[in-house]
Amino acid sequence: MTSGQASTLLTASGLTKTFPGTRALDGVDFELHAGEVHALLGENGAGKSTLIKCLTGAYRRDAGDIRLDGASIDPHNTLDAQSLGIGTVYQEVNLLPNLTVAENLLLGRQPRRFGFIARKAMNGEGREMLSRYGLDIDVARNLDTYSVAIQQIVAIARAVSLSGKVLILDEPTASLDRDEVRMLFDVIRGLRREGLGIVFISHFLDQVFEISDRLTVLRNGRLVGVRDVAGLDRLQLVNMMLGRELAEETRDHGRTGIDYAAEPRIRFSGTGRSGAIAPFDLDVHRGEVVGVAGLLGSGRTETAELMFAAAPKDSGSVTKNGKVLRLASPRDAIAAGFGFSPEDRKTSGIIADMSVRENIVLALQARIGWSRRIPRRRQREMADDYIRRLDIRTPDAEKPIGQLSGGNQQKVLLARWLATNPEFLILDEPTRGIDVGAHAEIIRMIEELCANGMSLLVISSELDELVAYSHRVIVVRDRAHVAALVGQDITTDRIVSAIARPTNLEAAQ
Amino acid sequence: MNGTMRFLRRVAPQIATLAVVLLLIGFVFPGFFDLSFANGRLYGSPIDILNRGAPVALLAIGMTLVIATGGIDLSVGAVMAICGAIAASAITAGYGLPATLLMALGAGLACGLWNGVLVAVVGIQPIVATLILMVAGRGIAQLVTEGTILTFTNDGLAFLGSGNLLGLPTPVVIWLSMGALVTLLVRRTALGMLIEAVGVNRRASMLAGVNARLLLVTVYMVSGLCAAMAGIIVAADIRGADANNAGLFLELDAILAVVIGGNSLLGGGFSLVASLIGAIIIQSVNTGILVAGFPPEFNLVIKAVIVLVILVVQSPAIHGAGVLFSFARRSP
Repeated sequence: MTSGQASTLLTASGLTKTFPGTRALDGVDFELHAGEVHALLGENGAGKSTLIKCLTGAYRRDAGDIRLDGASIDPHNTLDAQSLGIGTVYQEVNLLPNLTVAENLLLGRQPRRFGFIARKAMNGEGREMLSRYGLDIDVARNLDTYSVAIQQIVAIARAVSLSGKVLILDEPTASLDRDEVRMLFDVIRGLRREGLGIVFISHFLDQVFEISDRLTVLRNGRLVGVRDVAGLDRLQLVNMMLGRELAEETRDHGRTGIDYAAEPRIRFSGTGRSGAIAPFDLDVHRGEVVGVAGLLGSGRTETAELMFAAAPKDSGSVTKNGKVLRLASPRDAIAAGFGFSPEDRKTSGIIADMSVRENIVLALQARIGWSRRIPRRRQREMADDYIRRLDIRTPDAEKPIGQLSGGNQQKVLLARWLATNPEFLILDEPTRGIDVGAHAEIIRMIEELCANGMSLLVISSELDELVAYSHRVIVVRDRAHVAALVGQDITTDRIVSAIARPTNLEAAQ
Repeated sequence: MNGTMRFLRRVAPQIATLAVVLLLIGFVFPGFFDLSFANGRLYGSPIDILNRGAPVALLAIGMTLVIATGGIDLSVGAVMAICGAIAASAITAGYGLPATLLMALGAGLACGLWNGVLVAVVGIQPIVATLILMVAGRGIAQLVTEGTILTFTNDGLAFLGSGNLLGLPTPVVIWLSMGALVTLLVRRTALGMLIEAVGVNRRASMLAGVNARLLLVTVYMVSGLCAAMAGIIVAADIRGADANNAGLFLELDAILAVVIGGNSLLGGGFSLVASLIGAIIIQSVNTGILVAGFPPEFNLVIKAVIVLVILVVQSPAIHGAGVLFSFARRSP
């Protein structure tokens, strides 16, 4: 722990940044010591990314002062900040996957001979850079042949070699598994020993507690407080972030009131597609939440896509209230009262350039047909209504959805489906990449929807979450449904063991 | 901000550009704005611009919709040649005017269907898919005319190219009506929004239940229909079909009109009116160069320079500097 030595590396005071309609940063102070890992926390829209962007010159601040090593700096762009000593690694690795590792490390300053790139020298230099991080890989191979974790470390190596004083890590662990996170943290600890100041942004509180020395919490563009991590209580931290008491473990399961004797609302029998997911049977009842757990690539997303007819199935049938459905496309599924919010918001969910209003009415408009346009005034009413009900943070309904934060985009997508009043709603990772506050709201919404009789199928990597709201949990592994847990069996331990050691549970099923 | 204000802000750069171009021409050629009324129609250079601009204006209507879906239609010039050839050969073969028009317009729709199927069903990139018909189309047109310039003497068909209606040349009435009709169609229904959604994110739109395939095919068919109308007008005007030269390079003018209209080639939000003003800007430049008396060999270079200036003035980078007007979606 470094709180004793406290040599200040980077300070920002009174940072203010205003966008049309919102004040993203309001007089925020931030201080980073050399040789510390400093976590930056807050809900979506709290101002974390705006603060980072002001520090790295991606945005110009409206007011305030930034000092690096005591000298006032004013980075005009990220390159500028980099040359001053502030490097950034983003959640989605900003490297060139089709170039080699060495090329990525040394892009723009490759060693040259007679005007040509000296490949051997470059590879040697690249290997040396990575050896500092305990990484011994073939640097002549293309970057995309390596895992995201290694790409992440390559990005860090590049950033550190270019800047070397401050390293900003924006959600670096979002797509890493447990071992990869450990590997990344070893690298971070190494850099801390070398005296770098590291800013760490993450939604995973466990990781924040594990790696950080101090933390700064922002809320609604304002500074809430700075704390030493040692001795900090978790609940206290969540309260700082949310500004309210979050009843952490008091969610009631409400696993009653489902009439399993009745005919299921939706029944999938033998539904499957070879290579994607083995044929499965699944009944979904009125007012029931079916959770789907499984590792990435286990076949959980494929399950959702087959159900929604977003991908063709090659076996099985679907019935609704006992009647056979012919589902050949998402249009058919929507006509049958289905809805589907996909995992990848950016490529499959939002229409980024279009307004919040248009994104909300899209599915309903598509269902009632092109010839009967929903009058503009009605569209406005719908949009304003959902913005209020789901607490979507946007200056107004005409703002392009691409400019909202992830959690708010997710709420708009939810609104898109709620507008069609579906009977069966499929949510694939509805809480991925969004902060604690929006998280809790979406979970509350799921519970409310099923209380109103909607049937839901929710895919999530957050097992706590599945345990909290599911009436039944399906475990998917190796492209097959391998277990179904009900009632008292729904615990995170049971789910984990079903994912990991499936045989005995399969037998039980 | 209400709808009218939004519309005016959207087309302000195009209107201002057109005004500047026209003023420049007026400066060089003082009698430019003189209008006279004779033989039941208006005469004068402005009317001439509207008349000569008809083919590109018609193409720009279809092209705007295609580009809004993130596609492009390179085949429109060739489709003009095909439909002109079919009209000329049908009328000389003794078919009546309605049958002739039906055949020519039907051919345009069929060409659009072909493009649409290649793009939406087979999944070929639009620029490649429409390139096929762009190359093959002139060959088809030559097969129809059997390699000659096919002339005809039918006054009914010629009326579409050189007659008057409501005091205006017929082609002007045709493109204005078509523009108004398609604008109403896409804005009074949800078509416009659905087309924009498909253009921005086709996968997300399909998952939201938008019938993207059908929309894409429809949009290419509208483009084919517009090209057919343009082809008929050109053939009717010269009372003959020239398979080699009818509509040659007009696909580029049509794309240019859409771009001058401030529509993104990446797809998404679009304005038909702005594209149509863009088409008239192009024709004004053409006419302006002609009346200014520059030697013809300079024409293309001058046109290119003027287009460059227009695009630079409209570019978002310049807007960011606050030099000129604000763009629809990039308003500060």
